[in-house]
Amino acid sequence: MSEPASHEHNPGRRIGGTLLSVDNISLAFGGVKALTDISFDVREHEIRAIIGPNGAGKSSMLNCINGVYTPQQGRIRFDGQEFQRMDPHKAASMGIARTFQNIALFKGMSVLDNIMTGRMLKMRTNLFLQALYVGPNRREELEHRRHVEHIIDFLQIESVRKTPVGRLPYGVQKRVELGRALAAEPRLLLLDEPMAGMNIEEKQDMCRFVLDVNDEFGTTIVLIEHDMGVVMDISDRVVVLDYGKKIGDGTPGEVRANKAVIDAYLGVAH
Amino acid sequence: MSQPDAGPTGADTFPRLLLHHAEVRGGRTAIREKDLGIWLSWTWSQVADEVRAAACGLAALGFRRGMTLGIVGDNRPRLYWSMMAAQALGGIPVPLYQDAPAQEMRFVLDNAEIAFAVVEDQEQVDKLLEILPDAPRLSKIIFDDPRGLRNYPNPEILSFEKLQELGRRFDAENPGFFQRELELGRPDDISVMLYTSGTTGSPKGVCHTHHSLMSAAKGDIAFDGFDEHDEVLSYLPMAWVGDHLFSHAQALVAGFCVNCPESSETVMTDLREIGPTYYFAPPRVFENLLTQVMIRMDDAAAPKRRLFHYFMGVAKRHGAKIMDGRASEVPLSGRLLYALGTLLVYGPLRNVLGMSRIRVAYTGGAAIGPDLFEFYRSIGINLKQLYGQTETGVYVCKQPSGNVKLDTVGTPLPGVEIRIADNGEIQVKTPGMLKEYYKRPDATAESITPDGWFMTGDAGFLDPEGQLKIIDRAKDVGKLADGTLFAPQYIENKLKFFPHVKEAVAFGQGRDQVCVFINIDLVSVGNWAEKRGLAYTGYVDLSQKPEVYALIQECVEKVNADLAADPHLSGSQIRRFLVLPKELDADDGELTRTRKVRRGFIAERYSVLVDSLFDGRTHQEIDAQVKFEDGRTSTIRADVQIRDAAVTAPARKAA
Repeated sequence: MSEPASHEHNPGRRIGGTLLSVDNISLAFGGVKALTDISFDVREHEIRAIIGPNGAGKSSMLNCINGVYTPQQGRIRFDGQEFQRMDPHKAASMGIARTFQNIALFKGMSVLDNIMTGRMLKMRTNLFLQALYVGPNRREELEHRRHVEHIIDFLQIESVRKTPVGRLPYGVQKRVELGRALAAEPRLLLLDEPMAGMNIEEKQDMCRFVLDVNDEFGTTIVLIEHDMGVVMDISDRVVVLDYGKKIGDGTPGEVRANKAVIDAYLGVAH
Repeated sequence: MSQPDAGPTGADTFPRLLLHHAEVRGGRTAIREKDLGIWLSWTWSQVADEVRAAACGLAALGFRRGMTLGIVGDNRPRLYWSMMAAQALGGIPVPLYQDAPAQEMRFVLDNAEIAFAVVEDQEQVDKLLEILPDAPRLSKIIFDDPRGLRNYPNPEILSFEKLQELGRRFDAENPGFFQRELELGRPDDISVMLYTSGTTGSPKGVCHTHHSLMSAAKGDIAFDGFDEHDEVLSYLPMAWVGDHLFSHAQALVAGFCVNCPESSETVMTDLREIGPTYYFAPPRVFENLLTQVMIRMDDAAAPKRRLFHYFMGVAKRHGAKIMDGRASEVPLSGRLLYALGTLLVYGPLRNVLGMSRIRVAYTGGAAIGPDLFEFYRSIGINLKQLYGQTETGVYVCKQPSGNVKLDTVGTPLPGVEIRIADNGEIQVKTPGMLKEYYKRPDATAESITPDGWFMTGDAGFLDPEGQLKIIDRAKDVGKLADGTLFAPQYIENKLKFFPHVKEAVAFGQGRDQVCVFINIDLVSVGNWAEKRGLAYTGYVDLSQKPEVYALIQECVEKVNADLAADPHLSGSQIRRFLVLPKELDADDGELTRTRKVRRGFIAERYSVLVDSLFDGRTHQEIDAQVKFEDGRTSTIRADVQIRDAAVTAPARKAA
């Protein structure tokens, strides 16, 4: 596979107004301050990376955005609405989908079924009608299946369509998880270390998928990633966290030149 | 059979054949493709319309008679249509190997003077754009799958839909154009250019005419009785003559249906869903299938395993005879057992393999192991071998149904003449003969004798029954220092018949003994190691395990015993061998794109290892370079063990 198409040369992709903004978020677990006074924004159609050393608070940040954690202070604005606290169900129905650092799929179910679960919120008919598979339910099921097949095609996992997820290699499971998140047709996609534990080739594939998702569906993406090369290549803007504090924010070029970021990553002599 | 019968419509070129089918069987399915999990089909009349639109689109963009059209991608209906579209305009389609890196493609693009290319997807577009600065002729790249390409600013690229849209408009404005172009076509126009894989030197473009490929296709179809009811799965590279013949030439002559798999990874599933009646695969595909079956059987529950092995025994005793129509030689009990086996084992197995409906399956291009070959035939799949090359339109020899001899490639096909030159080389005259090598009169002269025989470069002989037996490449058949006959490929093939051996490279020309490099098969040996609780970290580590060496040694010694039985070859038994720590790979230039070993290149690259094989060392350190698909390289370092193998005393002549 050749290099992912660098997307600076992509005049068709237009970055819009602010989709999500996080204002002065602080989160503490007892005495441990996971996040302190964090603010940043995410614009429509952009790829926004959150980076930082281990324990910097990156996953906690994502968990605040989709309502798993409730921050003690601060506000989250998504799509013009302001929230003191989000809850995961509300986040999902508003169009925020995510993947997890440790894969959270139904291991015994097929790829197809796993991705189908991502359509749950879009299903209109109830369980009993679905079981009958007639009339409107049939049409609905076919419609969802078509959508899921597009995702399968998109992620190039046709060959494992009916394979139980537990039997698949790690890299492919990650892809399936992305597929399930996409099935919800999210406006904002939160990816928690989508490339962790992958080899170079799998990473390249995943980069291409992330760029393609952004490009094809116009999905806004917030991703956490450790691989600096990846982050610098694919993201439009980067937030840098360290010990729960924001120490940098800007384009990859700006962040790379930022002294505080260099110190956090390379360490400083005390 | 040498003269293609023109038919009632005078269909003597491929595009005319297409229109002929659209007329007489317009409603029958011509091609299928699985997309989004669903098989889509197009009838002959729909295909004719699609081709017409694509052809007119090409014409609107400036594609003219005699120009070449590059085609790059997996087997897709639109790529086959593009081929027909180019032919309809009197152009020459040039399919390229889709997995070749950009730099390899550049040679063909340049050599064939390709200005227009139809490609599958973004991956191929990226490759062509990468070489665009060095390929000034290339002016239009048409893509099938628009994914990821929507926002490319490059003016050279456009979608297939757009091409057809331009075509439909052009067609409306120039109503007689398509028909006129079609009528200008002559049977002796070049219909396709297929590049040889380049085992020696740079690839050469083999030019075939409509007449030659149509003759070959007609001969094949008559030989095996194919018709419009047959189904094939096209999954082999479009640039390969076999696929061109099966999925294009024969499909157009016989009017049968071509099925395109969803992706290269889903071929097995698609095969099962389609159930083709006619199937071709190189030996390694059959081998992989068998390996998979065996691995799955090993994991099955004990009663199933016993049932399987019992009935495979029955099949081995009686299957081949029943297949050959000699059921009368099988005792009644055997026939009954075989019938029971069909019900319990062979039938379900054929179904799992996607071969339930197969009437004829072919293999060729490389030698097939006896066990492998027998396995398929014994479970009721009519697997046969054929012999031919790109230059002969793969129309030389085929094994006739009912008279299959394992060690030959069958009898000459109707219209084919064969002679054996003084040096043992097979020379043929065939209706499927190439016209020439593109822009290479020197190569053409080197391959075709003044009196019109094609020099195959293979050494072999016709047996008393008139069946052709191939030993090796004529130029590779050499001699050891003491004058003993040395046929490296013959030895390599014998080794490769063991499932644990993926590749083998034999050395011995002008030396005092024969030594070999072995490449283990990671799946097979890996599984073997797992069963024994043998821990390994990866390919390099596994390849150098003493247990693995012992395993390979057994294989080598069995080959030696086999060679000892042949009076000509008993002197060329293998004395020493080593297991390479790196898989031989086409990306590193060690194999050709059709996976044949490039012996000379390997000998040069691993000269240190070759030297230590012959000077008696027991191990040797080596750094091997590995090239990744994206062009980066890395090095493998290993201390390679070298072992001696026992030889078997030559068989005494029976008194």
